[in-house]
This record gives sequence, structure tokens and C-alpha cells, in this order.
Amino acid sequence: MFRALLLCAVAFAQPKGRPAKPAEIEARGITVFADGRGLPSGKGRASEGAPIFKSKCAECHNDKGEGREGQYPPIAGGIGSLTSTKPLKTVGSYWPYATTVFDYIRRAMPFDHPRSLTTNEVYAVTAFVLHLNGIVGIDEEMNEKTLPKVAMPNRDGFVPDKRPDIRSKR
Amino acid sequence: MKRERRRFLALGAGVLTGSSCKAPLQNSESGAHMRAYGDRSPHETTVRVIRELTKSPGTGSSRTPHADLFGTITPSALHFERHHSGVPAIDPAKHELLIHGLLDKPSVFTMTDIKAFPSFSRIYFLECGGNSIGDQSGNTQPDVQRSHGLLSCTEWTGVPLKTVLRDLGVKPEAKWMIAEGADAGRMARSIPIEKVLDDALLVYGQNGEALRPEQGYPLRLLLPGWEGNANVKWLHRLEFAADPAMSAKETGYYTELGKDGKAQIFTFVMEARSVITRPSGGHTITPGFHEITGLAWTGRGRITRVEVSTDGGKTWTDAALQEPVLPLAVARFRMPWEWDGTPAVLQSRCTDETGYLQPTHEEIIEVRGHFSGYHYNAIKPWRVAADGKVTHV
Repeated sequence: MFRALLLCAVAFAQPKGRPAKPAEIEARGITVFADGRGLPSGKGRASEGAPIFKSKCAECHNDKGEGREGQYPPIAGGIGSLTSTKPLKTVGSYWPYATTVFDYIRRAMPFDHPRSLTTNEVYAVTAFVLHLNGIVGIDEEMNEKTLPKVAMPNRDGFVPDKRPDIRSKR
Repeated sequence: MKRERRRFLALGAGVLTGSSCKAPLQNSESGAHMRAYGDRSPHETTVRVIRELTKSPGTGSSRTPHADLFGTITPSALHFERHHSGVPAIDPAKHELLIHGLLDKPSVFTMTDIKAFPSFSRIYFLECGGNSIGDQSGNTQPDVQRSHGLLSCTEWTGVPLKTVLRDLGVKPEAKWMIAEGADAGRMARSIPIEKVLDDALLVYGQNGEALRPEQGYPLRLLLPGWEGNANVKWLHRLEFAADPAMSAKETGYYTELGKDGKAQIFTFVMEARSVITRPSGGHTITPGFHEITGLAWTGRGRITRVEVSTDGGKTWTDAALQEPVLPLAVARFRMPWEWDGTPAVLQSRCTDETGYLQPTHEEIIEVRGHFSGYHYNAIKPWRVAADGKVTHV
């Protein structure tokens, strides 16, 4: 009886991975949460981000973040346009959290060389994109403490899924 | 490898020219050689239409040519694509899935580890949240491939995520799981824990063979009935957390701006919709008998009814549903029709098991306005002119 159970246990043992090492979790866990959790220590200002943006970002996003028609959407402008007949969704007008800007630049930008910027460069470019939107000053330092506190214009612009919101009838 | 390719090319050339110079036993009636990996007849030419969104390779979308397909399963080579940072080339022997965050045993799984779990196969549709986005905003597309082609249906094989998580000790305070891909942009989405522990799958199989690179080879997340973007491809990291990440693709994109300027966030379920695939935009028909056929699907279970109208919605007739109608998969419908040669407007509407009836364009615009963009699921009318030309309305 005991032996039969043991055999069963062996036959149906749950497959396992290996334990993850703290160092690899540290290296691969790049999520930055809205409250700032996950932000690395570092700092940067829009004034430092401007030349980086010009050399590594403006080819697609254009000098002032206005994008390129039909190819790359704008990342600046449009604040106050969301209820108009031409809503312009940008980082400034639409994105609810400044931490998302850092997270996205760090993981995905520049498009052709993602994750090639240093931590301080990511803070600086984040600051510059926020500056293009008139949200932070040119010399305001962005770091792991200040960035989560940046007040995004559309912070309260989101509501949970309301669907099914349409009740069609025969 | 090179040699294999040369051989394949040589065979291909043989097929095309009927040459038999390297095959002494072949004559004009014995046919072509067998092929180690099959391809369709050279007479069959339907393809995806590709829309590159940026100058970067592989970034954009390609759409399934529904007007040319039969049944309910989308051939893997014609499955729609939507990539945000191209298609990565991944060696499965080096691919790892890291699972960490709010759980007792953070772990790393190789593909061998994942395939050691009992395999599980299901047929599910997958639809991009942005399918038909142009039909809502007024940029109506001319044919069903361009308007509805970001939908496909596949037999997926993998393992339920809850099975993999069983021994890892996910903590009660873990309310979200952040799924991240190994594409260049490390695309990430936050998934509510309820879905993770319900029917979420880790899949490595697509229609009986390994996932295509464009579908996330070697591993993707599959969330039955939920918008395509959340079904993260090239899956390499799952992080359990108390809060969502508020990633770019779940805040700046894949959120639905309403008329009041507020946007709905975390709108995952694809609501019921249907579309006539034949005859449809771009076709020309002649008077006489036609079978009207199309697809219906819902992220809330099974399709229970499809009705077809040939008079612009004045009268509706129940279409036949091809059995079996599977939950969270596309259903094929058919209705015989005798066209008398006078102008007609063809459309379908479906009902799902929750009683939800597919809405009209006008009903959607009334409630959501023109700019919500994602999850547009309106009835799609096709106009048949007196000369038999079928166009979008």
C-alpha cells in the first residue's frame, strides 16, 4: 500500500523549474510601478536629456515630440484635447503616470537600441519628455523620489471597464 | 542547412517546370516528389496584407484573408500579426521563463521543464483589441481582410498556468501578474489574478506544431477571449504583484477614450461580433444562388445565434451554425441566398450565451463616441450593387 502510494507520487510528481537566484531576479525584473517601486537610484534633468533626445530620439519623435505624420505618433502636446473633436493622446495629455515614461524608455527605447541608455540618461530623457509637455522644469531633477510625485495632467482620466455598456435589442 | 535549402529549391523548380532531369523514375504522370515540409499548391495565392507602421522591420500588423478561407481554423501561415518591436529570433534551448514576485518559490523554467507538464489543447480565437478600429473612426476599410483581419482561430497546445503555479506558493496579496515578452521592447501587460488562475495558458503549440516565430515562439501567454495584446508573445517573465504595472501598453494604449474624456482601462474581454466573409467587399457576384457565410465569436462563452439580413437590416433570418460551436472559438455560419440582381445590403448579427446581441455602428457611436478605438464590434454591412460589385458601406 505504502509502496503503491510512493510509486504514484513518483509517477505524478509536479515538474519543477529551478529556484531563481536573487541576482537574476534583480537583473531581469525591470518593472517600475506607479508608486515608484522598481525605480533604480539615479538622476537626470531635462537640460541633460535634451541633447540625448536630439541625437537618439528626434529622428522618429521629432524635435519637440510632435512625431512624424503617418509614421510616428506625437508624444507631446494635446493637453486638454481629450473631449474635443480631435483628441490628441500623448504622454502629456493622456498617460496617467510619469513612472510609465521611465519604464517604457528604459525597456523599449531608443527603438533600434533598447536598453542602451544608462540609468541617469533614462532619467534625463524622461525629464525632457515631461518638459516637452510642460510638466517639469528644464532644471528640475528627476530621481527615484521625485519622479513618482510628478502630477500628470490626466492622472484621474481613467475608469474601470464598464462593458457591457451597450444593450442592443432585436 | 544550406544543402537542404538547395534541395528544396531544386524540388520547387522541378514542380514548377515539370522538369524530370534529376528524377529518372519520374514521368509526366507520376507527379512531383514528396516534400519534407509541405506547402500549398502554387495555384493557391491568398496571403496576409502587411501594414508596416514604422521603418523598423516587423513592426506593424498583418491581416488574415478571411474571404479566402474555409471552416474555423486559421492556417498558421495566415494567422494575423501585430508586433510592437519586431519578431525576435529565439533559440528555444536558451529560452527561460522567470516567475517571481509575490510567491514563495521564485523559479526559472526551461522549455523542457514546461513541456514536462501534461499537455493541454484547446481551440480559441485570438483578436487584436484594435481590430476594425478604422470602421469606428470613419476610416472604413474596403474588404473583410482589412476591416476584420486582426482575428484568427487556432488549436493551441500548452499547459494551464495554474498547473505551473500550483507548487510555487503564490501569495494571497498577489492580485496581478505582469507578463513580459523577450521582444526588443520587452512588451509587458498586467493580468488580473482571477484570469491567471482561471483559464490562462502557457502555449508552445499552434495547430499541431510549434508556435510560429510571429506568434511568440517558443512560448506565449494565451488568455482565452481576451484582447490579443495581453496574450504576451515570446514570454520570458511573469511577476506577481499587488498592483498592476501601469505599463505603456495598458495606459497610453489599449485604453478606450470615451465621449466624456475619461478612458476605460483594463478592458480585456472581446465582446460578441460576427461578419460575413463571402460575399464581402471586393467580390463581384452574379444573379442566382449564393451561400452567404461568415464567422461569429465572443469572449463571453459560446455563440448561440447568428442572423443574416439581405435587406439592410429590415428583416433577419437565422443562419445555420456549423457544429460543434466551441466556447471562445470562432463559429462558422451559412445561409443560402438567391440574388435577384437588385441592389442589396448584406449583414450579420450574433447573440452569445449571455444574451448579448451584437450592436450596430450607430449604437456604439451613441454610447462611446468615435475615439474609443479598441473593442469595436459593430454589425458590418456590405452593399451589393446592381452590377454585382460588393463594397463596404
